[in-house]
Amino acid sequence: MAAPSGRTRRTACSVAAVLGLLPLAACGGVSVADDTSTTFTTMGFGLGDAIATSRIDDARKALDGMELQINEGAFDEQQFLSAVAAGDPPDVVNMDRTLIGGYAARGALLPLTDCVREQSIDLKQYRASAIDEVKLNGSVYGMPDSFDNRILLMDASVLKKAGHSASDVDTSDWEGLRELTGALKKQDGGKLTRIGFDPKIPEFFPLWVRANGGSLISDDGRTARLDSPRVVEALAYTTGLIDEQGGWGKLKALRDSFDQFGKGNQLVQHQVGAYPMEDWYVNVLGDTSPQVDLGSGYFKDREGRPVNYVSGTGWAIPKGSRHVEEACTFIRTMTSTRAWVKAAAAKAKDVRSRDAYYTGDFTGNRKADEIIESKVWKPTGKKAFDEATRRLYDIQKAGFAVPANAAGTEFKQAWQDACNRVLSGEQSPKQALEQAQQEAQSALDIANQGRE
Amino acid sequence: MTVSSRTATAPAPDASGSLPPTAATGDRGDRRERARRWRASWRRRETRAAYAFLSPWIFGFVVLTAGPMLATLWLSFTNYDGITQPKGVGFENYRQLFEDPSVAKSLMNTLLFTVMRVPLSMAVALALAMLLMRVGRATGFFRTLFYLPVMTPSVAVGILFLLLFNGNVGLINTVLGFVGVDGPSWTTDGDWIKPGLVLTTLWSVGSTVIIYLAALKNVPEELYEAAEIDGVGRRQAFVHVTLPQISGALFFTLIVNTIASLQTFTEAYTAFFGSSNSQTYSNDAALFYVVHLFQQAFQYMHLGYASALAWLLFLVILVITLIQAKFSKRFVYYEGEQR
Repeated sequence: MAAPSGRTRRTACSVAAVLGLLPLAACGGVSVADDTSTTFTTMGFGLGDAIATSRIDDARKALDGMELQINEGAFDEQQFLSAVAAGDPPDVVNMDRTLIGGYAARGALLPLTDCVREQSIDLKQYRASAIDEVKLNGSVYGMPDSFDNRILLMDASVLKKAGHSASDVDTSDWEGLRELTGALKKQDGGKLTRIGFDPKIPEFFPLWVRANGGSLISDDGRTARLDSPRVVEALAYTTGLIDEQGGWGKLKALRDSFDQFGKGNQLVQHQVGAYPMEDWYVNVLGDTSPQVDLGSGYFKDREGRPVNYVSGTGWAIPKGSRHVEEACTFIRTMTSTRAWVKAAAAKAKDVRSRDAYYTGDFTGNRKADEIIESKVWKPTGKKAFDEATRRLYDIQKAGFAVPANAAGTEFKQAWQDACNRVLSGEQSPKQALEQAQQEAQSALDIANQGRE
Repeated sequence: MTVSSRTATAPAPDASGSLPPTAATGDRGDRRERARRWRASWRRRETRAAYAFLSPWIFGFVVLTAGPMLATLWLSFTNYDGITQPKGVGFENYRQLFEDPSVAKSLMNTLLFTVMRVPLSMAVALALAMLLMRVGRATGFFRTLFYLPVMTPSVAVGILFLLLFNGNVGLINTVLGFVGVDGPSWTTDGDWIKPGLVLTTLWSVGSTVIIYLAALKNVPEELYEAAEIDGVGRRQAFVHVTLPQISGALFFTLIVNTIASLQTFTEAYTAFFGSSNSQTYSNDAALFYVVHLFQQAFQYMHLGYASALAWLLFLVILVITLIQAKFSKRFVYYEGEQR
């Protein structure tokens, strides 16, 4: 083969250099901020069902003349932080309300004070407990979107076989609940094959703390109370319920094997006697296994009063959003009474067309829920599902949330890690919560530095 | 140093009156000569072409590796949170490393994982490579088969871990149950999480197998024949012929696997920290150093502190690698090397 000429070699070098640099530039995610762009972007919101698509249709109309770009997928902290730090954030973001305080404290989110005033948004239409979660130092940083309630779900046939009824699942009587747990559980050799009662910790730990008359943090969100006696007692009791059933390893292994969203779910397979659960699961059961022998009940505090730990997502406007006014319009539309009711009607129609049960929708908008309950939802004829829906609408009044705080994720992680250390047998409840208290308070103090 | 001692050790001038070259003046001369040759080499078209071809890598290294490394060094002395302007905090982040209980815990978890994983993965890879040497014509097929899992994304391997090692219905405990063993709670019991993750990472041992296979093929057949004539058994031949001959490859994989294990992240993060659900049930036994670093940087937005964590890991890896390199001189044999 003849040696390449000098010119050929120079051309090859240039091409190699250019081809080498182009991918590098592309990898860096180069983008140019453009205030005149007519593309409106969202983050952390998916178009999973009619509840989402119908409201997005309304928002698209409200943002007349703009192209709506929905970046589907769950909210990703790293992606969001990188986007804000690079000055290229989405126009609006949908995230867990417990995170909003932390981002607001760091200046990653804009206060919605002007938005509320200029677009005359009535904050009273939203659920008060949801607004508490998105408020920091008196300013609102987000608008409530979803609203998840917790009630007790039961396998009525399991209770019946054990000689019990739904009313026996009483979370106000801790000793009685412990005995019932032992009676409902089932083991085969060394394996746990049915959970008697699942306390659902760490995720529902705030519910048990409230039921025991305590709280994880002060109302102003500045002082952690993780090592208070009532919190320690709640953790000791709930981990005791798990130990009663063979320990965390066995319970978690069985729970992980549940076909939660399938036709062979844990209630169909009689793998759990009773447990507190979010409202959306009633909808899942109505869709996948309407024949299931479902029971439901209120989660009660130790005084016998119904108590409901609520959570959910909220819409916020990131610092650096290029369309702040339009973002406000988007949020107002997505969380409006009209949009929710219309979306619920669309979803009900879709569910009923598949001969499944529509069991209601529960939103961060109080007015919307009243209309959905009275106008959109209709009794299915299946008593157990209708009872569950009525209980959910009823329990919304007793909703409470963990107050917003500047440490956001770190605070949540501190108490969750404490639960996990006890569950894995690493520490006693008191030791774990004392460590968590130190971690949480330190995070709160740092996050609140320089704040009034 | 005294004047007399300086006089006693000073070299004497030669007949022409000039001093003979000392080691120091010789080194300076060598350096000048090398620098001259390097400058002269730029006159050659091939040299310029070579650097032009290398330029994408050099650009990538400077911009994507060296630059960010220097940036993190600076950030490690600040309280940067990714949103507000960084403010200098001196050595505060480095002081905090000693007070943060998660640093010691995650370092210990990572070291334990490395100590378990590296020898085991090397042993398994070597055993598989030796088996491959014996399968004859089918070597190509099996080589591909063993390498395929390397192509599996680590995130998928993390999910696979949860499925295979589920204490109730996982394949591992089901198989153990066939032989009468009641398997442990691999995914929840702190004592079994790391061994479970080590076993999972064996899934991707294929690349090490390929390196060993190449090394084994290079061992001269005559050495085995000579050993056989001397009445050496298979085990002795393995110890005295095979291992010394492939010690270079073993050393290379020791270094590479150790560094990879000390930086382990994806499988543990996916299984125990990656989603809001797995985060809820996270387990301290799976808190590896890079997972802790990632949480500090991208969940808690302590980018300054995370930078200090990154530099500590860099130093740990550097020290361990230097120790390994030091000891390698006693155990590693390179063909043609003079000792």
